[in-house]
Amino acid sequence: MNLSRYLKPVSVAALGAAVAFSFSGISAQAAPKQGGTLNFVVPDEPPSWDGHRETTFALIHPFAPFYSVLIKVNPDNPSSPTDFVCDLCTEMPTPTDGNKTYTFKIKQGVKFHDGSPLTAHDVVASFKKIIFPPEGTTSARVAYFVMVESVEAPDDHTVVFKLKYPSGAFLPALATPFNFIYSKAKLAEDIRWYEKNVMGSGPFKFAGREAGAYVRGERNKDFHVAGQPYLDGFEAIFSNKQAVQVQAVRGDRAAIQFRGFPPKSTEDLVNALGKDITVQESDWNCVLLFTPNHKKKPFDDARVRRALTLAVDRWGGSQSLSRIAIVKAVGGVVFPGHPLAATKAELQQIPGFWPDINKSRAEAKRLLQEAGVPDLKFVLWNRAVDQPYTIVGTWLIDQWRQIGVTVEQKMEPTGPFYARLRSAEFDVTVDFNCQSVVNPLLDVGKFLSEDVGNESYGAYVDRDLDKIFETMNRTSDEAEQRKLMRQFEKRVLDVQAHSFVTLWWNRIIPHRAYVKGWKVSPSHYLNQDLANVWLDK
Amino acid sequence: MTIATDLDTRGELTDERKEPSRLSAIGRFARRNPLGAAGGVVIIVMVLVAVFADFIAPYNPVANAFDRMHEPPGLENWLGTDQYGRDVFSRIVYGARTALLVGFASSFVGATFGLVLGVASAYFSGKIDLILQRIIDIFMAFPLIIMALAVIAIFGTGAQNVIIAITIPFIPRCARVVRSSALAIRELPYIDAARANGFSHTRIILRHMVPNVMAPFLIMITAFVGQAILLEASLSYLGLGVQEPTPAWGLMLQGGAEEYAESAPWIAIFPGIAISLAVFGFSLFGDALRDEFDPRLRSL
Amino acid sequence: MYQYILKRLLLMIPTLLGAGLLVFLLLRLVPGDVCILRMTGGAGYVDPKAIDLCRSELGLDRSYAVQFLTFIWDFVRFDFGKSMWTGRPIVEEVGLRFELSLQIAIMATLTAILLAIPLGTISAVKQNTWIDYVVRGFSIAGIAMPSFWLGVLIILGLLITTKSVFGSPWMPPIKYVPIWVDPLYNLSMTIFPALATGYRYSAVATRMTRSALLEVLREDYVRTARAKGLIQKLIIRRHALGNALLPVVTIIGIEFAFLMGGLVVTEQVFNLNGLGKLFVASVTHHDYTMTQVLVMLVATIFVVTNFVVDIIYAWLDPRIRYK
Repeated sequence: MNLSRYLKPVSVAALGAAVAFSFSGISAQAAPKQGGTLNFVVPDEPPSWDGHRETTFALIHPFAPFYSVLIKVNPDNPSSPTDFVCDLCTEMPTPTDGNKTYTFKIKQGVKFHDGSPLTAHDVVASFKKIIFPPEGTTSARVAYFVMVESVEAPDDHTVVFKLKYPSGAFLPALATPFNFIYSKAKLAEDIRWYEKNVMGSGPFKFAGREAGAYVRGERNKDFHVAGQPYLDGFEAIFSNKQAVQVQAVRGDRAAIQFRGFPPKSTEDLVNALGKDITVQESDWNCVLLFTPNHKKKPFDDARVRRALTLAVDRWGGSQSLSRIAIVKAVGGVVFPGHPLAATKAELQQIPGFWPDINKSRAEAKRLLQEAGVPDLKFVLWNRAVDQPYTIVGTWLIDQWRQIGVTVEQKMEPTGPFYARLRSAEFDVTVDFNCQSVVNPLLDVGKFLSEDVGNESYGAYVDRDLDKIFETMNRTSDEAEQRKLMRQFEKRVLDVQAHSFVTLWWNRIIPHRAYVKGWKVSPSHYLNQDLANVWLDK
Repeated sequence: MTIATDLDTRGELTDERKEPSRLSAIGRFARRNPLGAAGGVVIIVMVLVAVFADFIAPYNPVANAFDRMHEPPGLENWLGTDQYGRDVFSRIVYGARTALLVGFASSFVGATFGLVLGVASAYFSGKIDLILQRIIDIFMAFPLIIMALAVIAIFGTGAQNVIIAITIPFIPRCARVVRSSALAIRELPYIDAARANGFSHTRIILRHMVPNVMAPFLIMITAFVGQAILLEASLSYLGLGVQEPTPAWGLMLQGGAEEYAESAPWIAIFPGIAISLAVFGFSLFGDALRDEFDPRLRSL
Repeated sequence: MYQYILKRLLLMIPTLLGAGLLVFLLLRLVPGDVCILRMTGGAGYVDPKAIDLCRSELGLDRSYAVQFLTFIWDFVRFDFGKSMWTGRPIVEEVGLRFELSLQIAIMATLTAILLAIPLGTISAVKQNTWIDYVVRGFSIAGIAMPSFWLGVLIILGLLITTKSVFGSPWMPPIKYVPIWVDPLYNLSMTIFPALATGYRYSAVATRMTRSALLEVLREDYVRTARAKGLIQKLIIRRHALGNALLPVVTIIGIEFAFLMGGLVVTEQVFNLNGLGKLFVASVTHHDYTMTQVLVMLVATIFVVTNFVVDIIYAWLDPRIRYK
């Protein structure tokens, strides 16, 4: 299911259309059956249970089903970056006051799992925690909501967001699946209560867990969408070895794994199980980068940085790596296929994307010579996750070998890997940009100066870049946005050579054929509340 | 071998009987311990392969070749290629280097420190013995892999740190064994005689005690090499040992190998065989050595 | 005898203290901080005040000496505290994992004994015949093969065999259920890692049995029995095996202690939620409290097992008792 090439960028009109679409109902296939327990494997365990704090899919997969959010992507059309539907609200609002005020009406009669009623005050308390985190707490998405001035509840069922300026990035930010709605009362008791406890209003109730083993959920009979959820319950089993996960699906110990499997494992499953397996595929809003440390010699020299990217054969790599890893599409800083993304012709102008790789590598060698480091040696830091980190890392090292650069790879588990990214103690590091809702205007915020961007690790400051980003986000003229995006991209990948895109990921989900209702999307964070999933057996 | 026994009883070398030639000694050893001899052959082959890797390996072990991904064994690639198109045979050949390097280094260093500790502990006895024993106990209480994990966590991954990580748990184990042998020597009258003569501690330890614990020492080294290779493989499997794209047998068994276990089994089978053979060889050889040196078992 | 027991008991204390000190120091040598790891959540924004708050909560801002003393004092009072990573009581986190690890350790030890004693005996009695070689080869293969390789082969073998024989592939469960809740389900999960591990550990025990038995068979009293005309089998069973079992008991005891925390790789392969996995996770997360408790747990098991083995040894061999 590749993204449609005819998407409209975010605009008021599209919102109205989205509202109409969301009521078109479930596609005309078999009617959902009630009952059954969905077993699925999760490759990792989250450090805490607070969605506002975490950014890992390891939190979403087991815990999203326990919570409701304000708005979410349409579960029947999760690939669309503009099709949002209400979860707790009654209808998608039209912004007023020059597109700066959004007024949401909250559904009546929604209850938390402990029976207490859910009102606009709970929504406001949750968003205040996300957008204006109180002292001592961490919110991972403060930067997403930088355009928000205030969020208030004038009455029990109305929530009003006031923005500082109109922004097409607001709604996608709101639809981020990590924005769990918590109980105001619980937050007042202990602002960090949700780090270790679960109490939401979602389709499933927390039914127990075993540390390191599984998390269980059971059907919430008072869920605010009549008829849902279809499942009696689910069990999220933790297993970090991919081979075990694949075998689990094969041996029917688990029906699905929501992150994705590499092409070979999928092939094996299909060969072994035939029609008992359904495969869903999608482009993925995740990309691996490599980022040199601008504060370390010789990477403070733009020529050296540019040489590194010139050595990498992305077009060839895409062909070969897509057979063994979960990467595929060649793209720039924008999700490939999105209207704001560069066309093939535009890409081929950028160093590292030239069609002639030999010419590219010759230029790389020349630049290294000029910069005085023809026999460059360095350490590449990487995350100890096989797919696709290790594979892309190994591939990059071989690419660099071909321009005479010797690289040693060092792997670290996730936690220390993140810590190292932030501490800027590396020569070159593998980096990533994984976002949920496809929102390029915000997603490229990754490349901003280190003091502006939350996820910028190259230790550089580039005010011109920051300016382009800001201008781009304040305009609603699509042509202008596109022009500015090309400037942004050129500056990041070429002129200043800050950080380099390798290949965009490819999401392949082979799952047991009896799992129905779940549709793949470009992000492993989206569409995971399992409310509309049912088992055909 | 016979020299040590002579020293035991007479304290000096006698040369009345003609020293049997080395070659025939090896021959007799081989006949008495065919399994040990087989092990010895495996070790020699491994060492030769590792030393002459550059000449034996047909391909560069780290060069990706995407036109030949996971090819089955054939004329071009004798043991097939892995998922990056790298030649499995070449990687195994170079992997022998890593394995032997890690194995010998950690084993030798660990056993040597263990020897020093064990002999010192036995020789000085009393308080020193008690304290050293406790320290050894403490280190032994940690499972091998946990100790290695902790060291890797402190120093990071990579071949060097793997060697350190594997050496440390070996030291107490060797010390223990050496100590029990050394204790037996300690009780012999000629040690007291040497002290009475005024020989310094160092001289007694180096000249009289150490040569007599050579047997268990050498046995420990051979046993450790096998274990070290296995431990390196386990660490690599956990992702904490040597890293891509270095050719190392344990690393080859990790990640991709499991994924391709069914469709391209050669990626996982051959490194596994290589490890098993190596450990097998060292264990058998070590066993045979022990059989040789333990006089009680020799006479049948 | 009592003096011997008392002396051994007393010697446990410095060992445990030393283990505690060692793990304490080792952990603090590891660069990094659990608070930084926790507070970053993913890779985004981190509030330095939040980190400071976390550190003072966890007591990381106090001096090392204070931290160590607190750790020892709490441990002695059986107050194991909370995990620094998840914030939950350690007893809770360790509980079920301990159960599983214990079960696997016991099953593996049983397998090892069941394999080692008969095989070692045969090997000793038929020393240097081809039977001896086969048995020795078989047992060495157990330690030569990487355990995870064996594990992967087992699971794959199961999947393929069950598919061809029964039509649908079967693999062991990946979720643990205690044995008293559902014994069949539990055993279907634990039998494979137990066998794989037991096979490995039987190797050492087999060789031990073999050499101990060989030694005993040379003894004079065995020669006397043979001269008396007793059948070989009876000699072995009545006279030799008993004495040969001494070193075997030692080995098995020591190995058992290692099985408790050292099965890291096997647990990965069979997806067992055991102590080994917890170990790796807690070291990676710089979870000092958890790692310390785990190490002390394993060390205690090791020390206690050694103690028990020593006592058995002394009881069986009067020479040691009267030293």
